[in-house]
Amino acid sequence: MSDTHAQTVSYVRETMLAPQDPPRSQTGAVKWVHENLFSGWINTGLTLISLLVIFWLVSGISPWLLNSVWRAGSLSECRAILDGTSGACFAVIVDRWHQLLFGFYPPALYWRPVLALLLLFVALAPVLFTGLPRRMLAFSALYPFIGYHLIWGGSLWFPVTALMGFGVGALAYLLMRKLNNLAAIFAAILAPVLWWVFAAGPLDSALYSIMPLGLDFVRSDRIGGFLISMIVGVSAISLSLPLGILLALGRQSDMVFIKTVCVVFIEFIRGVPLITLLLFASLLLNFFLPPGTSFDLILRVIIMLTFFASAYMAEVIRGGLAALPKGQYEAADALGLDYWKAQRLIIMPQALKISIPGIVNTFIGMFKDTTLLVFIAILEPLALANAIRADTNWNGIYWELFIFIGALFFIFCFGMSRYSMYLERKLKTDHR
Amino acid sequence: MLLYDQRYRSITIQIFALFLLMLGAAWLIDNVISNMRLLGRSFSFNFLWQSAGYDINQRPIAYDSTMSHGRAALVGFLNTVILAILGCIFATVLGVLAGVLRLSSNWIVSRLITVYVEIFRNIPTLIWILIFGAVMAESMPAPSAFRGDDPASSMIFDAIAITNRGVYIPSILFTTDLGALQLGPVAPSLNWLLIFAILIGSVFANRALIAHATRTQNATGIRPKTWWKSILIFLVPLAVVKLSLGVYLDYPELRGFNFAGGTHLRNSFLAMWLGLSFYTGAFIAEIVRGGILAITKGQTEAAFALGLQPGKTMRLVILPQALRVIIPPLISQYLNLTKNTSLGLAVGYMDLRSTLGGITINQTGRELEGMFLLMLTYLAISLTISALMNVYNSRIKLKER
Repeated sequence: MSDTHAQTVSYVRETMLAPQDPPRSQTGAVKWVHENLFSGWINTGLTLISLLVIFWLVSGISPWLLNSVWRAGSLSECRAILDGTSGACFAVIVDRWHQLLFGFYPPALYWRPVLALLLLFVALAPVLFTGLPRRMLAFSALYPFIGYHLIWGGSLWFPVTALMGFGVGALAYLLMRKLNNLAAIFAAILAPVLWWVFAAGPLDSALYSIMPLGLDFVRSDRIGGFLISMIVGVSAISLSLPLGILLALGRQSDMVFIKTVCVVFIEFIRGVPLITLLLFASLLLNFFLPPGTSFDLILRVIIMLTFFASAYMAEVIRGGLAALPKGQYEAADALGLDYWKAQRLIIMPQALKISIPGIVNTFIGMFKDTTLLVFIAILEPLALANAIRADTNWNGIYWELFIFIGALFFIFCFGMSRYSMYLERKLKTDHR
Repeated sequence: MLLYDQRYRSITIQIFALFLLMLGAAWLIDNVISNMRLLGRSFSFNFLWQSAGYDINQRPIAYDSTMSHGRAALVGFLNTVILAILGCIFATVLGVLAGVLRLSSNWIVSRLITVYVEIFRNIPTLIWILIFGAVMAESMPAPSAFRGDDPASSMIFDAIAITNRGVYIPSILFTTDLGALQLGPVAPSLNWLLIFAILIGSVFANRALIAHATRTQNATGIRPKTWWKSILIFLVPLAVVKLSLGVYLDYPELRGFNFAGGTHLRNSFLAMWLGLSFYTGAFIAEIVRGGILAITKGQTEAAFALGLQPGKTMRLVILPQALRVIIPPLISQYLNLTKNTSLGLAVGYMDLRSTLGGITINQTGRELEGMFLLMLTYLAISLTISALMNVYNSRIKLKER
């Protein structure tokens, strides 16, 4: 049998062939390029157009960027060094970076805002990353007072007496609780207010005359640049979240009057441009206060930005509340929780989690909107860029300043959006 | 006690809150009245009829500096509306294009669009407006560069001149002028109204044609060809208008030190328009991308399984569902863009905030009244846009049974 077989079939392979590489067009870079860049004529066209755009951008910008001057005293000096060739004059940044960052803050005291910024990160860390020890939150709670004192300076007793107001409130609550719960809450609100209005000021000056501790006072109009963007942005962001939650709850409330007030507030704030609110703060707020009173422009701006951000925040959180299934509310009721407990333990943790991307977007928007302060004569970075251009040395310089300011904003905003992605991933408890 | 009784608790809290609110309002109003008395001022809008005394460079309606502050405010309002409408259109085009391209399988294109979106989203719009303003004013050739036999710059298609004083484009003029319609403060040209009316008429006629085709298809199973009829419906009336009114293009040309003729798009307008459009476009791109990603792949496959062609799949299956996700955030982007037009002062664009909320307030010292009108107008614009868009949104909403 095998013999006949051997005669009819001239050749039988007895060993396996060594595996061959796939065709060259189906592997590695060639395949990748073929699939991703030239898979059809539309795709090829898009690739060519993109390459053209990239070439155009790079060839336009890179000679200018590579041929940059970093050491010069003025724009004309820069031009002399460049000698007719096109090039960036980053000497303006070397010359004026401190102004863009700190405004007209006294240079000898730069360590104070820098320290305040570093401590801000320490204070933010336990809020942002839950892995850190919870005890650090105590520092976060103290930070507003420390930060205020570091940046503005003045008597050390001023933030201390202000802080004591909270102690007074807690004390009043504890004393009155034996009498009546409702009265205790009223006392806890009223006592600190009375303390701040009547006792804090005299106590501050009395303590200061006994023990003159404190840093040099820096006036608000000397604070500028990124420092002011950070101050205004961070305070408005941290104040707007609680206010936004309250507004959102008010808008969902069954009480018609409360609901109407919240809706009118939110829709009004969202309906007008921020710039009109800022103009209101700088031009009109004094009309609405008792004659003769006036307070710091930065504080006024922080209040207005807080209102502005909280209206947007309220809408974001309302979206989160609406996305919760009705069963969650009913389950909380079934457990016998009262309204605030249900909100705190069941509703808010879930609603806030859903609305994280929106909340962070509001934060980013808010931080970017601090640039509008340029219109009400606050020395934020764009106003300082104008001031630098007004100097004869740097008259006519645009791109370098825009690049510097834009890059700083980009770093903060991009960082925030990445953080929100991290938080979303971390808080995702469903298994998809 | 009323607060502890379930029946009265809510009403007690509300009455208490009402009381507090009225107390606060009374305090504020009392402060305003006493402040006004101290300054010796009254609350009146008479300043709107006083002569404005300042010029506005972009005038959609007739205006000169002898006219009233009210008229100046109206010009500013129209400038705001023009910028908002053009900005929304361009931002939508950019955003949809970028959103679709970012999902492209083409590696370079999707990366390029990602860079565009991230850069524009994370840098404040005001900086972009200033950058576009600087690009127009600093990097574009001066009109003199267009002069001579061998000019350094030349006009695009001999029709568009991009200079550092703005962009000059051809304008559409008529040999026969039908005059203008007198509507109180504004006087729109009858020619344009006629063209507008004809276009709307064509749209309705086309819609009737398509409805007729659908009816025929439902009755007989054969859909009559409509495309050439549609083209005729749109083109024939316009051709008649062109012949009867003598429509021609007025090209800009270099005369003396500057261009003359055509329409002059000022740098301030271009900076605002481009800055706002590119900025908002980046946000719209993300919205569009999210909307398309929200539609599961199963929908496309189901449509293919039913035998629909790719174009029809997009039009009949994907888009109607994606639009439902896209429209609400898109509305809020339009609102944002409209509100951001108030940044015009940064590049000298004379919008409502620069006229009424800027020069008029400074000249007359009527901050309270001016700001009141300004906020009210913006509020009215915002509420109108959101109302219109909500109507549209409810029309395309999922009809649940």
